[in-house]
Amino acid sequence: MKRQVIDKGVHSGFLVIALFSITALFWIVVFLFIEGIPILDHVSIKDFIFGKYWYPTDEPADFGIFSLILGSICVTLLSGIMAIPLGIMTAVYLAEIAPPRVAEIVKPIVELMASMPSVVIGFFGMVVVAPFIQQVFDIPVGLNMFNASLMLAFMAIPTICSISEDAIFSVPTALKEASFALGATHFETIVKVIIPASLSGICTAVILGLSRAIGETMVVLMAAGGAAMIPGSIFDPVRPLPASIAAEMAEAPFGGEHYHALFAIGIVLFIFTFMFNLIADYISYKFRQVGEASL
Amino acid sequence: MNKFIKLIFVLIISTLIASSQSFAGKLVIKGSTTVLPIAQKAAEAYMAENPDVKISLSGGGSGNGIKAIIDGTADIGNASRFIKQKEVDLANAKGVYPVPFRIALDAIVPVVNNKNDVADFTMAQLKDIYLGKIKDWKEIGGTPGKIVVISRDSSSGTFGVWKDLVMKKERVIPSALTVPSNGGIVQAVAKTPGAIGYVGLGYLNSEIKAVKVEGIKGSDENTLNGSFPISRGLFMFTKGWPKGETMGFISFILSKKGQELVKDAGSIPLF
Amino acid sequence: MIKQRLIIQKLWFLLLRIAALLNGAALAVIVYFILSRGWRAISWEFLTKAPKDSMTAGGILPCIVGTIALCLVTILVALPIGVASAVYLNEYAAQGKLVRLIRLGINNLAGVPSIVFGLFGLAFFCIVLKMGVSIAAGGLTLGIMTLPVIIGASEEALKSVPNTYREASLAIGATKWQTIRKVVLPVAFPGIITGSILGISRAAGETAPIMYTGAVFFTPELPASILDEVMALPYHIYVLATAGTQIEATRHLQYGTALVLIMLVFGMNLSAIILRAKMRKKLRI
Repeated sequence: MKRQVIDKGVHSGFLVIALFSITALFWIVVFLFIEGIPILDHVSIKDFIFGKYWYPTDEPADFGIFSLILGSICVTLLSGIMAIPLGIMTAVYLAEIAPPRVAEIVKPIVELMASMPSVVIGFFGMVVVAPFIQQVFDIPVGLNMFNASLMLAFMAIPTICSISEDAIFSVPTALKEASFALGATHFETIVKVIIPASLSGICTAVILGLSRAIGETMVVLMAAGGAAMIPGSIFDPVRPLPASIAAEMAEAPFGGEHYHALFAIGIVLFIFTFMFNLIADYISYKFRQVGEASL
Repeated sequence: MNKFIKLIFVLIISTLIASSQSFAGKLVIKGSTTVLPIAQKAAEAYMAENPDVKISLSGGGSGNGIKAIIDGTADIGNASRFIKQKEVDLANAKGVYPVPFRIALDAIVPVVNNKNDVADFTMAQLKDIYLGKIKDWKEIGGTPGKIVVISRDSSSGTFGVWKDLVMKKERVIPSALTVPSNGGIVQAVAKTPGAIGYVGLGYLNSEIKAVKVEGIKGSDENTLNGSFPISRGLFMFTKGWPKGETMGFISFILSKKGQELVKDAGSIPLF
Repeated sequence: MIKQRLIIQKLWFLLLRIAALLNGAALAVIVYFILSRGWRAISWEFLTKAPKDSMTAGGILPCIVGTIALCLVTILVALPIGVASAVYLNEYAAQGKLVRLIRLGINNLAGVPSIVFGLFGLAFFCIVLKMGVSIAAGGLTLGIMTLPVIIGASEEALKSVPNTYREASLAIGATKWQTIRKVVLPVAFPGIITGSILGISRAAGETAPIMYTGAVFFTPELPASILDEVMALPYHIYVLATAGTQIEATRHLQYGTALVLIMLVFGMNLSAIILRAKMRKKLRI
């Protein structure tokens, strides 16, 4: 009898702990809003999001984050252009072509890429890549959108690659064999059968990869140049949302309007990644047959 | 498994209890990156003399230093500008009385890349460059090339002084690169041929070229006699009149030995 | 006709190989630069002394200790909660709305940007709970951030325990809790540890969450209490590279610190990867 009671207690105990993640998420949202919403006393939502000028310490201050949002979006898209093909192609290579021996070496390399600390990548972008692209493209500054995107692509590739690979790997062999039986080459099978069958997993991978890129802080803080302007070319410096928060939070007095504005930027950033994750979650839930993406 | 969870609870609770106590012989110093080299040199020397004192030092900017004093999260707040009325009001509202100590003088010097042949700026030229009205070096008699404007994050004290004294409160163009520190400006200017930036006197070195303003060179002498137009005092703020280690540290900086460290750190000593 | 198709296939496969190679090359380039410029900075003194002369000389011991301290708190927070969550999801929960909600929470927590964790840590641990900038606040922030990784890894490890084990235990009259404690968890333990090492290694390299919650610019004494602020390797690289007093002159120290950090992180990763490979072999037999 007593054992059953303990068992019940343990069961509910585990449930409570399992709820911790969602509770933590909830409190993160609550704190973002508690600290971020007061900025609306100083600026309307429209002016905050679409305002072109970010002069948070002027008197009177301007809290327009449009150029920061645009900076984030541009950097993320550009890094996506580099990371998506590379990531998916590597995944296809690993799952379909690579001999097992080679795959056993390449996979840990991808994992090591994923574990490379972001500050080291940002440092590399700042110290090695910036002077390099400054010379090669003969541009005034090496700390710019292109540099940051390149570094972000490096960070997004492992996410895209490993989740895509899972998806491709879990395509049933029967499909593949059927395609071979019809006389298709291996490559034709990959393009016409395997990729369509794993498309939802690949989409999830791409979205999560981009989500990682848009939320990444140190790289854009160190390599993007930090100018709060609407970029005119890929060699213009930008100031993405996370860079603004990280650079200015130390100097914004607690409870001041600047402090609230930075938390409000946090809300915007959170909404971006939350949307990405919801879409990814929806796709992987809706089209589950290819195996759930594991994080 | 239960053990782990218990441990966590104990950890959190003990953390909460302990957080209400303060540690003896510990000094927390925060604030302006301009004062940072001085504070760091002084902290190293002070800890060598008083081995039982533990000093922790963080940067973050003048606003952060004064904020930390008002919030009570630091014993000493560094600032490269004087306290603002807004901050005084905030302090009053919280019943805190910040006491300023001027510990050194500093000049903010415009700097360009070593390859640049510009030798002198007028204040008006500096302002127009940072307003984005002057875009090319040839407009002020230099070798043609795009001017890359480098500025500091908007809440730094150096930026504040620059805005007051050079920009006359007008806005720096949004396309200016922003870097988080004086050292960052030195590095960016050294790497970028068309760049212009501004740094505290203590950060001048051979990697970059300091430019005269209105024909006057940024130096100790010209700052002390008031002829260099972009200069300021450097401050340390304490919460109320300093006591204990805080008092000891402030007295140390204001002593002959402390002022020598100020000179070593590249700023201008008071005497 | 078939020849042409095979040529196309060959060309494409070549392209795919190049893509895979590019990744390795990118990693190799970064590691090469850090290694070739960093190794000269590393000496016994570098690893065992505090920084001196305004951080232009001396070592990085306080940063190493600080990072390890932060990781310890992280693991104390994330491991028990993570494993327990995974046990619930894998052993107790039936598919349903609640589980779907919990999973949604975990997936979204995994996607929260690191700087947002930093904001939360600052507002909640540092200010509301009055921990200030401290190992506790930084470690708790990192702990929450690492949680999804540990849950994911633990769940995978639990899934790999064959169901026959559970059934056998239940059949001899053990309760579910006894089965989990005595049978399932011990078998899954190596997998859980592997996953946790991977999670912690990521926490060790993070900068944004600890910038305002745990790390400071300069505090040469080693931490004496969990409420002390610390220096940390990633943050040290950041300040030396962007906010130091002598950025060019300390380049070798920056590379050296970066090298120590990636050796720490890669070391943890490699040991986890090797451990996992060994386990897989064992399972196959």
